[in-house]
Amino acid sequence: MKKEEIIIKKFLMGNEAIAQGCLEAGIDFATGYPGTPSSEIITSLSISNERNVYVEWSVNEKVALENAIGAAWCGLRSICVMKHVGLNVAADPFMSLAYTGVKGGFVIIVTDDPFPHSSQNEQDSRRYAHAAKIPCLDPATPQEAKDMVKYAFELSEKYEIPVMLRPTTRICHARSDIEVEKFQIEDLKPTNQRFVKIPKEKRVGRFFKDRDRWVLVPSNAKILHRELQIKQKKIIEDLNGTPFNKRVKNIKETKIAVVSGGVASCYVKELIPNDIPFFKIGTYPVDIDRLGEFTKNYEKILVIEELDPILEEIVKMSTCSTVLGKYTGDVPFYGELNQNIVYDILIKNGITPVVKYDLKKPVEGLPARPPILCAGCPHRSILYLIEKIFKNGIYTSDIGCYTLSPFSVDTCLCMGASITIGSGISHCDKRDVVATIGDSTFMHTGIPGLINAVYNNANILIVILDNRTTAMTGHQPTAGTGQNIQGESKELSLEKICQACGADFVETVDPFDINLSKKILERAKKEKGVRVIIARHPCYMIERKQNVEKAYYEIDVKRCTKCGDCLDYGCPAIELYDIKPIINDLCTGCGVCSDLCRNGAIRRIK
Amino acid sequence: MSFDLLIVGVGGQGTILASRIIGEACIIEKRHVISAETHGMAQRGGSVENHVRIDGTMGPLIPIGGADMILSLEPLETVRYIHYLKNDGLVISNNVRIVPQKSRVLYPPVEKIIRSKVSKPEQAVICNANAIARKAGNELSSNIVLIGIASRYLPLKEESLIECIKRVVPSKATDVNLKAFDLGRRWKIS
Ligand code: SF4
Ligand code: SF4
Repeated sequence: MKKEEIIIKKFLMGNEAIAQGCLEAGIDFATGYPGTPSSEIITSLSISNERNVYVEWSVNEKVALENAIGAAWCGLRSICVMKHVGLNVAADPFMSLAYTGVKGGFVIIVTDDPFPHSSQNEQDSRRYAHAAKIPCLDPATPQEAKDMVKYAFELSEKYEIPVMLRPTTRICHARSDIEVEKFQIEDLKPTNQRFVKIPKEKRVGRFFKDRDRWVLVPSNAKILHRELQIKQKKIIEDLNGTPFNKRVKNIKETKIAVVSGGVASCYVKELIPNDIPFFKIGTYPVDIDRLGEFTKNYEKILVIEELDPILEEIVKMSTCSTVLGKYTGDVPFYGELNQNIVYDILIKNGITPVVKYDLKKPVEGLPARPPILCAGCPHRSILYLIEKIFKNGIYTSDIGCYTLSPFSVDTCLCMGASITIGSGISHCDKRDVVATIGDSTFMHTGIPGLINAVYNNANILIVILDNRTTAMTGHQPTAGTGQNIQGESKELSLEKICQACGADFVETVDPFDINLSKKILERAKKEKGVRVIIARHPCYMIERKQNVEKAYYEIDVKRCTKCGDCLDYGCPAIELYDIKPIINDLCTGCGVCSDLCRNGAIRRIK
Repeated sequence: MSFDLLIVGVGGQGTILASRIIGEACIIEKRHVISAETHGMAQRGGSVENHVRIDGTMGPLIPIGGADMILSLEPLETVRYIHYLKNDGLVISNNVRIVPQKSRVLYPPVEKIIRSKVSKPEQAVICNANAIARKAGNELSSNIVLIGIASRYLPLKEESLIECIKRVVPSKATDVNLKAFDLGRRWKIS
């Protein structure tokens, strides 16, 4: 019998591949809160018309997770997507969810960010999965991420348990040739073809009442915890049967073996010689007995992984052999790995890599090029004015594009912390405290902080930087914009929310109106208690899509005294050419520099 | 073995588009490819790097000292990443500068450094890609000009690259970009 397999591939980003896997698994319901490197998963699902999926950007990760739990309890195949630090916000439902379990397949996708490219820390979500007794799948390539998510739905339904998929930045934002369809032409007769396709039929969700299960009171929790523990063994057996854990070779003559997982396992594979035994682990919980059968054969086990030494700890439990890794200083505790680092680790441990790289050193002393606020960014002007008017103030800030600002940012810890840390400081330090927080971040976790500030008499000015979008993560809509991911929605008023939270001083201003912004900031400075200013102007990336007429500005060389005020403002459209500032073509025409120039040298030309 | 291409520049210059064109060309030719893109924070005018490994099946990152080619949209960024180049690798770099803001360090003599970092002069192709792109109709197509120049050395067919430009760029910009590719491909290396 002649068998021919046909595979159709697309060049997909890891996140798109995960979305594709969800569609092929027949997903019904998806929620999330934007956060790099996870955002494209929800976006891809929302723009796909291949399956009717309910998709929402929720206001924060806890809300997102609980909404998706609702759907999964109604029997729908659901996902909830967030970045690693988002799981801290969603930790409350997450930690109890395995007890109740789910009905429909439920996958929680949490993206980790080693070498934090776009995050405030390097936490490892595998720890959370372990703590919550939730199985965790750790992909090594974008293709594996797609295969894993499909399997995750099956595993979840089989054991009625949520499953975590934990890709890292180098999976999410890698792009690769991904199988989107695979079929066999048996005997080349069309009737025998087997397709892998996106199922079209829609599930109908229905909640079945079951007090013993869905009501986590202590009497039920005791029983459910025991049942959860019993499930674990079967889950491990199931995971053993997957292709995600690969023992590459089991040669007994060597003294050293390598264990790795995630994208690090690709670096190892690229470099280690064939005769070195190698175990790639892609699923958790790990079968310690099975691992022990491997590790017991070798004197030394080298464990190479990113983030926390989790595999390393597991390997230690499996064997009395020497385990080399982070605890022994062989593998770095922080940052991400790459082939060069893995190369050095292998050499140090007596393994000769099969590939050699030319020895090179970076050129030193180069001017840095950190990310900055865009030209015409509405955050820049208000942050600039805050620092001018509240000269000796303390500026607590938050998470968003504005963290890139050179002005008015003294702190940034986690989502929503500007208002709360600022309130705390205001109870201790007599200086003015100005908290700045984006519109999306305010909706996310700012509101309880505002309520608390009013309730406990904090002395703080809160400036909500309302740029009508979640800019940093790729311009997702927020609850204040009248748009949700599906289209039109109710526009929530920040003014009314702040008033309802008890703030008496609530003013709105366009940050490009320099004179009015100054006046309102000065007025706020004179008052005490909780004051809120909403600085509202769309992010330039949003505004430029709205076809507003663009203005053009120029610096008149005759009037310019080279005072440098415009350069201090820091707009990337103003650059120093020889010794005079000029405006380059990045200019968006916001006009702020023209108002700031005391010599009237910056003028609108069109 | 994969052909490792590092595409660098400043956020917003079109490095992601460039790496997408190369990747799509691999799909057309039914070859493996894996690439790593810079998203998130750095895209706000920061230094960005995209790794593309043609025929790659493993990790998405190109090792230091392992790149077969560096394609750069800005010369300071060429210098910043030049240690990724293999001893016999090729650099194709724009020479139009974007001076980093408020940096206390002076903009270095980039062309001199680039040339000093390769062993043979023909390993460094430095051009004014913006000027060539302007001839094609839009300065913003400098990324495509560089792909045009690179197409002479890449292990990919010209037709595949042209097909991908048509697929990847917005339809109203197709003509300008095809012209930019062609001008790049025929640009005389001095
Ligand atoms: S994307 Fe928008 S909010 Fe972010 S820096 Fe640019 S203009 Fe400002
Ligand atoms: S008008 Fe001035 S401040 Fe505004 S974008 Fe142009 S140069 Fe920058």
